[in-house]
Amino acid sequence: MNLDAKIPSGPIAEKWDKHRFDIKLINPANKRKYKVIIVGTGLAGGSAAATLAELGYQVEAFFYQDSARRAHSIAAQGGINAAKNYQNDGDSVYRLFYDTVKGGDYRSREANVYRLSQVSASIIDQCVAQGVPFAREYGGYLDNRSFGGAQVSRTFYARGQTGQQLLLGAYSSLSRQVGLGNVRMHPRTEMHDLIVIDGKARGIVTRNLVTGKVESHIADSVILATGGYGNVFYLSTNAIGCNVTAAYRAYKRGAAFANPCFTQIHPTCIPVAGDHQSKLTLMSESLRNDGRIWVPKSADDKRAPNDIPESDRDYYLERKYPSFGNLTPRDIASRSAKQVCDEGRGIGHTGYGVYLDFKDAINRLGKDKIEERYGNLFEMYERITGENPYEVPMRIYPASHYTMGGLWVDYNLMSTIPGLHVLGEANFSDHGANRLGASALMQGLADGYFVIPYTLGHYYAAEGKPEPIDTDHPECKRVEAEVNEKLNKLLSINGNRTAVSIHRELGNIMWEHCGMARNEAGLMKALERIPELRQEFWENVNITGENEDYNIALERAGRVADFLEFSELMVRDALERKESCGGHFREEYQTEEGEAVRNDDDYCHVSAWEFKGVDTPPVMHKEPLVYENVKLTTRSYK
Amino acid sequence: MKLTLHIWRQKNVHDQGRMVTYKLDDVSPDMSFLEMLDVLNEELISKREDPVAFEHDCREGICGCCSLTVDGIAHGPERATTVCQLHMRHYSDGDEIYIEPFRARAFPVIKDLVVDRGSFERVIQSGGFISARTGSAPDANSIPIGKDEAETAFDAAACIGCGACVAACKNSSAMLFVAAKVSHLGNLPQGQVERQERVLNMVAKMDEEGFGGCTNYYECEAVCPKQIPVKFIAQMNRDYLKAVATSD
Repeated sequence: MNLDAKIPSGPIAEKWDKHRFDIKLINPANKRKYKVIIVGTGLAGGSAAATLAELGYQVEAFFYQDSARRAHSIAAQGGINAAKNYQNDGDSVYRLFYDTVKGGDYRSREANVYRLSQVSASIIDQCVAQGVPFAREYGGYLDNRSFGGAQVSRTFYARGQTGQQLLLGAYSSLSRQVGLGNVRMHPRTEMHDLIVIDGKARGIVTRNLVTGKVESHIADSVILATGGYGNVFYLSTNAIGCNVTAAYRAYKRGAAFANPCFTQIHPTCIPVAGDHQSKLTLMSESLRNDGRIWVPKSADDKRAPNDIPESDRDYYLERKYPSFGNLTPRDIASRSAKQVCDEGRGIGHTGYGVYLDFKDAINRLGKDKIEERYGNLFEMYERITGENPYEVPMRIYPASHYTMGGLWVDYNLMSTIPGLHVLGEANFSDHGANRLGASALMQGLADGYFVIPYTLGHYYAAEGKPEPIDTDHPECKRVEAEVNEKLNKLLSINGNRTAVSIHRELGNIMWEHCGMARNEAGLMKALERIPELRQEFWENVNITGENEDYNIALERAGRVADFLEFSELMVRDALERKESCGGHFREEYQTEEGEAVRNDDDYCHVSAWEFKGVDTPPVMHKEPLVYENVKLTTRSYK
Repeated sequence: MKLTLHIWRQKNVHDQGRMVTYKLDDVSPDMSFLEMLDVLNEELISKREDPVAFEHDCREGICGCCSLTVDGIAHGPERATTVCQLHMRHYSDGDEIYIEPFRARAFPVIKDLVVDRGSFERVIQSGGFISARTGSAPDANSIPIGKDEAETAFDAAACIGCGACVAACKNSSAMLFVAAKVSHLGNLPQGQVERQERVLNMVAKMDEEGFGGCTNYYECEAVCPKQIPVKFIAQMNRDYLKAVATSD
């Protein structure tokens, strides 16, 4: 397996400019001869579809929802980072680059991150031009807020609905191209497999979620922008439909999967209320700007929060990390919450929760100011919990939120399968072992608006127009037959358990053994239990109805089947990475104070896994990470 | 608590459809409305019956997928709340609940509680954008926008495209949905160049898709989960009249 990252030579600040000059171009009149398939229409896929269509390529966009506007990017709350330095507080492209590499615990690729920082400013310009209503100051200029892992204010925001507004911006540009006839949309359509012909990605096999029809679609290349796999934990902040299927099927066709164990557990989510819970709701990290996190000093203290005096409270983040305080990066904040709960000091009826308290901020700034900043989040919290956060501290607990791992891509965002590019959360490239807040929106839009439009043209120009084929090609028919066989098999099992109940059981295994903290014994146990559960699924799952229907049970079961294979890969990666870094915390590798211990001598690399069969262990390949600019140090937020 | 549910079941667009009654014995007040339906569906699948199809995704009130009419009200009884954010603590033991899809001619039923809102897509494609090709934007701060203007634009931009406004309107009018987009872009300096063309195209497409007209009942504002005010309909009407009067 060739893991050449194709990083351009030269000083880091000049790599992207040099590369943009060195890469080949497609003449405007020839662009319309090329067709690209894009799967997923969130920030990465939607922005790519719009931009590639503007350039003149034929675009076909596929998504499982009824509208491109409903992709889960819509739910991002807090903001988007950009090195604009509008606050005159010392920000720069280099500082955003540095913060992102450091925040990722030195497990990301320098050149990619630097490019991300470089294009970040153009993203804001583009979004404003589209009409994204970012927050403004009274003078009419853009406002910023600060976010975890940074000491400058570089986060642009649109109330607590930044993701919604950015996605609607990309969606409006995409809709314009649809109206102009440059993009063909395939709503309610799920990708089930990748078609690889002569070693190149040439199409996909899809299932129409309304009619059940399985069919092939052919193009000159394929782009996956299908998001992350956080729902492997069953409960997460992802939408119910988010899944690993497209990325996993590409992996089974030969695309390397990189760092699957790098998952982000977000510190500020509403705690689990009961067994019926279907998802967890994030409370934006921006709340940590003004909220103070605490638990009682004593495990026996069962008083109501407002009855606990200051002297009996432990503001543990402020105590342990005085310079970053409540704004430590997500992995550290999450782990600290777990630690105090493991000590028995957790709050709420489950004991898995900590307080996020706004009393001081309300006293300092007034209730109106807090309402202006976080009003919609406070309302959402009250709707879900029935408690008023202006009067009683919020209860929060970490939950699965984002996945830094993903399909391996080179500097051009191409996977190990030529012609298969991967954008946004679905790729692994920019966040290392931990993503900083407000950087997911930045990366999704950077990939879609400002990277793939260049690198896709380069691929087409370098490879030449591929041989024309149609959907009668034997490979299409073979893959379609495999997809149909799998669907028929699922429908014929007729067992006694629902796919949802098996997914929930898988989630429990993953959360317990491969969640916020991992150890060898637990991971080995997971490695035993997952194949057993997978067998249980294939022998005993109960899926009602038929394929030729809007069949929600079948839809869910297909996704769970892939999680049941993918989870094993994640556990193997966690087991193999014998160090603690970012979101990957191995209990064997920590200091006496419980801080992560990284092992740069043995693990300063990307682990890219190659599929070898469902019941055969995958093979790991290493892409060494070379740091020419940033010096590897122990992250300190004290 | 124990509940009796009367749910609209319809096999596909050609089926006539009917209400079917189900009983649930153990509903927790902490459940969301959709989690309550999840429990019903798990029971139905276990009995080898077809689960109730309903649309949902983010379950945090922002994607706009969920689209249930509960006891005759789009998104149910709680103000400013999508049905995915409605929690069962608002119900009591023994309650009967009627659950139907969003009903409108422009939203044909696909199955059970799932409707086709493709008409909204086509309205947006007809003009719900600013033509700003990627790469052509000036520096973001070169377009100062007053805080109040930006806030007003945001109030309109908050629309999640769920279609409750249409379902609540006795004319099945999409005026609030269309006005939200027209006003979002029309209140910003970037949106001025295409302002007239936009409103003309979007209103024409809205009519073509079979949505009705507005007769000022304001049911749309009452059910809107994002509380988009009807003042934007007035603004769209002004924009529309001005565009008609001044276009060639």
